[in-house]
Amino acid sequence: MTLPNPWSLTISEAHRLLVNKELSAVELTESVIERIKHTDSKINSFITITEESALESAANADSIISKGEASMLTGIPFQAKDNICTTGINTTCASKMLENFRPNYDATAITKLKSEGAVLLGKGNLDEFAMGSSTENSVFFPTKNPHDLSAVPGGSSGGPAASVSAEQCLFSIGSDTGGSVRQPASFCGVVGLKPTYGRVSRFGLVAFASSLDQIGPLTKNVEDSAFVLEAISGNDPKDSTSNTEDVPNYSKYLNDDIKGLKIGVPKEYFVDEMDSAVASTVRSSIKILEELGADISEVSLPHTSYALAVYYIIAPAEASSNLSRYDGVKFGYSHSESTDIWDALEKTRQHGFGPEVKRRILLGTYALSSGYYDAYYLKAQKVRSLIRQDFVNVFKDVDILIAPSTPTVAFPLGEKTSDPVQMYLNDIFTIPANIAGIPAISIPAGLIKNMPIGVQLMGSHHSEKMLLKTAHAYETAANHGFLKPSI
Amino acid sequence: MKLSNDEVRHIASLAKVGMTEEEFEVIGAQLSQILEQFQSLSTLDTENSETTAHPTSLNTVLRNDEIINPKAGKDMLNNVPRKEHGFVRVRSVIE
Repeated sequence: MTLPNPWSLTISEAHRLLVNKELSAVELTESVIERIKHTDSKINSFITITEESALESAANADSIISKGEASMLTGIPFQAKDNICTTGINTTCASKMLENFRPNYDATAITKLKSEGAVLLGKGNLDEFAMGSSTENSVFFPTKNPHDLSAVPGGSSGGPAASVSAEQCLFSIGSDTGGSVRQPASFCGVVGLKPTYGRVSRFGLVAFASSLDQIGPLTKNVEDSAFVLEAISGNDPKDSTSNTEDVPNYSKYLNDDIKGLKIGVPKEYFVDEMDSAVASTVRSSIKILEELGADISEVSLPHTSYALAVYYIIAPAEASSNLSRYDGVKFGYSHSESTDIWDALEKTRQHGFGPEVKRRILLGTYALSSGYYDAYYLKAQKVRSLIRQDFVNVFKDVDILIAPSTPTVAFPLGEKTSDPVQMYLNDIFTIPANIAGIPAISIPAGLIKNMPIGVQLMGSHHSEKMLLKTAHAYETAANHGFLKPSI
Repeated sequence: MKLSNDEVRHIASLAKVGMTEEEFEVIGAQLSQILEQFQSLSTLDTENSETTAHPTSLNTVLRNDEIINPKAGKDMLNNVPRKEHGFVRVRSVIE
């Protein structure tokens, strides 16, 4: 029997071949690197490719496998978004500010993946400091959608989503502050999970908006998402906001049936202005879940329409504070032509940050400034409580919520770059989960005019087990398989 | 909600972000447009609502002040743009 191309495997398929010695980890990594070389000139998902260290890690993985000590991710090649710190490998945040920044430590998520024997292939492109919805805000280059090279991959985890879609890695990890894992997952036809706030340690994730940021996996299917989540979750003494709850074996419960599961359809997510093809795709997904025995009902999250405004006050406010560390003194870009400290500071930030980052720093500074704090930041924090309470109330009646992941399929490159408000509207369905800190997953629901679209499931805090089980049941019943781009 | 040029300049100086005239013009107009979108919040009654700074409840986490990675300090200097004799060099603060 001839083996499939190793790069086209899922995690569990590759794992089986690796432990049965039908494929070595080095062969797998070589195959994936070959695939990257063949496709990345078109897609530009990687900022840095670490071929040499990847092959070394793969060789180490082979020795772990030969000792019979392999776990699910041993020898599995992955990409990490370039705002997740990696020892000795540039971590740029797709910004001139950090173009040459080489951390001397790994993010905890990376440490955990390395300890499993997973193979880091390199770093994925993103919107500068994860601020954006199209990956066009990268200082280096935009990433293209593998399903249509003239369309955006979404963002800010555009590189990680496009690389999984183009099968340049078996999985990737991204970060999700307002939808940055789920929105590109929807646009690229892959599975993207934002775990409960604090489920995965944020240590080593370059801070954007600390009360919203969360690392999550992007994978070819739901089962792989469960495997990666198991590996990267858990309490971390280095992140005081990380949860202390035990990490369940998410992958063990995937085949449990969903008969009698109560699924709510929030009516506020089906607005008149929504793309009708997207709405009908989500309606078909709901029907599939109903046929599986789920109990479907309409529910209401009355403060949904305020979520976008709340997010675009809180996230920039936190960002303006977090990004004050870039002063050209301790690390990162430093404007060398000034002698005066204040001039150096202003020029470092003028030339080191791109337009969207400046826009958000200014917006956040304004919302926190004297005279406006109460009207903007404090008000947003109060409305945040109302949005959070909406979810608390609704989860008394239902187990899971189903909604679209994005209002449209991927849009053309360049279409929204000059209009920030239009760009921000992309996150309208993903933002509420971050505001409330709940887990949410985007799963491919099919194609609209050959472009992928995702459906989103949301659950209460720490409901990942139920969320993944439901997603898996849906994926199995929908049965459209991995949406391979023709690249 | 239209921001005046002086307001935009004031915010930029608070944020310590230098900008060109053109940037002031463009970003200023965009900020006004974005702030317009926030007006909807003022229609909500939040008199009795609490503030949420974090989505999950937090506990204070303390540990003993012990050095875990003694090498880190030295390695950290690798990324410092201006340094001298193992110190970070800073431009003069007092004129």
